[in-house]
Amino acid sequence: MGASNYEKFKSDGTLAGNVLEWVDARFPLTANWKAHLSEYYAPKNFNFWYFFGSLALLVLVLQIVTGIFLVMHFKPDASLNSAGVPVAFASVEYIMRDVPWGWLIRYMHSTGASAFFIVVYLHMFRGMLYGSYRKPRELIWIFGVMIYLALMAEAFMGYLLPWGQMSYWGAQVILSLFSAIPLVGNDLATWIRGDYVIGDATLNRMFSFHVIAVPLVLLGLVAAHILALHEVGSNNPDGVEIKKKKDERGIPLDGIPFHPYYTVKDIVGVVVFLMAFSIIVFFMPEFGGYFLEYNNFIPADPLKTPPHIAPVWYFTPFYSILRANTVNFFWIDAKLWGVIFMGLGVMVFFLLPWLDRSPVKSIRYRGPLFKGALVAFVISFFILGYLGILPPTPGRTLVSQICTIIYFAFFLLMPIYTALDKCKPEPERVTQ
Amino acid sequence: MKKLLLTLLFAPLLAFASGPELHLDKAPDKSRDYAALQNGAKLFINYCLNCHGASYMRYNRLNDIGLSDQQIKDNLLFTAEKVGEPMKIAMQRDDAKIWFGAAPPDLTVIARARASEFGSGADWLYTYLRTFYRDDARPSGWNNVVFENVGMPHILWELQGEQVMGPDHKLQLAKPGLMKPEEYDNAVADLVAYLQYMGEPKAEFRKQLGVIVLIGLALIFVFAYALKREYWKDIH
Repeated sequence: MGASNYEKFKSDGTLAGNVLEWVDARFPLTANWKAHLSEYYAPKNFNFWYFFGSLALLVLVLQIVTGIFLVMHFKPDASLNSAGVPVAFASVEYIMRDVPWGWLIRYMHSTGASAFFIVVYLHMFRGMLYGSYRKPRELIWIFGVMIYLALMAEAFMGYLLPWGQMSYWGAQVILSLFSAIPLVGNDLATWIRGDYVIGDATLNRMFSFHVIAVPLVLLGLVAAHILALHEVGSNNPDGVEIKKKKDERGIPLDGIPFHPYYTVKDIVGVVVFLMAFSIIVFFMPEFGGYFLEYNNFIPADPLKTPPHIAPVWYFTPFYSILRANTVNFFWIDAKLWGVIFMGLGVMVFFLLPWLDRSPVKSIRYRGPLFKGALVAFVISFFILGYLGILPPTPGRTLVSQICTIIYFAFFLLMPIYTALDKCKPEPERVTQ
Repeated sequence: MKKLLLTLLFAPLLAFASGPELHLDKAPDKSRDYAALQNGAKLFINYCLNCHGASYMRYNRLNDIGLSDQQIKDNLLFTAEKVGEPMKIAMQRDDAKIWFGAAPPDLTVIARARASEFGSGADWLYTYLRTFYRDDARPSGWNNVVFENVGMPHILWELQGEQVMGPDHKLQLAKPGLMKPEEYDNAVADLVAYLQYMGEPKAEFRKQLGVIVLIGLALIFVFAYALKREYWKDIH
């Protein structure tokens, strides 16, 4: 909304009305309510895939609220207590046992971390299905990828805090990747750790980043993501612009006010999500060792390297890409190539809006080439994720190399196959 | 394209091959059997809590499994003064390191730490505590099937007796102990049930609460869905 060329709220003489008028004269309350909720017109044909944006916001709030309570009792201290257990590890068990409802708060937070990635991955996949990253929504997508990056940093740092074996050795593997950078690598890795090994200094700085620095960045990016979305309007499963067909009042013919229509619909999605979330929190909080790794119930021991170090499931596709690089070429070490490809594997998402040359946005009107490429991409992403959990063998390494090639081919060949693809004509207006 | 998809579909098979198998016996579920849990607590405190601590477990949490403070004080409170204290041990870690090669780990959450793709932590412990055998090559004179070259001697040997590794790689009871094999298995099952309980004392309550939460959410779902239907009636 521009300057103040909108109508301020006028009281009907009641107390509530007077208060609202007073506030609205001094703060754009009704203007924002209208712009973002009651007069934000969203396409009426949102389907199942459109629940995950609001769910991601819900999980963000859950993580912040449970996190606030965890910080009250957690102690980021790597020194050993009188029983020979690191204080940080013992404080997590203190939360699980002696803090009233601490176990629930902690399980909600640990399950929330995985839930965050599940909804974000589904939300991103929705964008790929319906071309939500295409013009004019490139910036929404870029903010989204930045949120995803921040989320990965947040999750990685959070996983270090309980100071179990996987926390410690996972961080050891990931932070040592910085030492693969030529010339400055070793000094850089030491600077990041704050010590020559992962230790108390590392734990404290990760705690600081996890509870304040990265959440601030995340909140800012989420605000930017939503503001950009509400500037250009939502895409929809047909990938057609509803703003092209408006009625005489300037309201899109296929648009409905976000509030109340999508607020009441999202409440249904929230309840279903909370049911799935509760099944995990109350009946399988470790989720078979995928959400809470079993080895992480052993306190960190810098002298005992576990035989197999696996990251948590949401990082495993990229971990596989890292390990898939086994040859040195162009005078560059295989490890550095692994780091480069892992980084590119995430960064390449930024380019998506400009790699896609298709005349249509939605999968509904795309041709067989894009559909096949997307299927191959998703399968290879799953296989990479699965292989990242397992210790490497020559067979597995070969498979992850093939999948890494498919992963990157999906992006790099996109300008070619999307241009060649036989697309169906888009409809004029959204379909039901 | 089709060939590629086929290769992709079969690719995971390649990934499955390899990895050492670990066969574990299934531990009987005694998580709601208070008599078994109390017997397990007794065995734990008498046999384990000399070298291993359980430093996040307070004695009076045993109230959960039906023991009163007075019962705890009279029968179980060996390593502390007050029932609110955690189950710590007097042995110094530095001494333990010299005596055993490594300080015995804290056992509070051992049943959670020992879970793996081969079975639950309880399964691992149940198998481990029943598969010690004599091995003169080891400093302690004992070895174990699931934990090869373990530092811990067979602390329950008096109860189980002495097993030896037969030529067919099967364990045989060479010298019987105070308990018959079935009695011993049962006692170990009690001990393991206790270790599992101690790993997460709130686990039973958690599951009970979960049922209530899910019923509540199901009720909210009915209303939420009805509300959505009502609003969306006029959208075509």
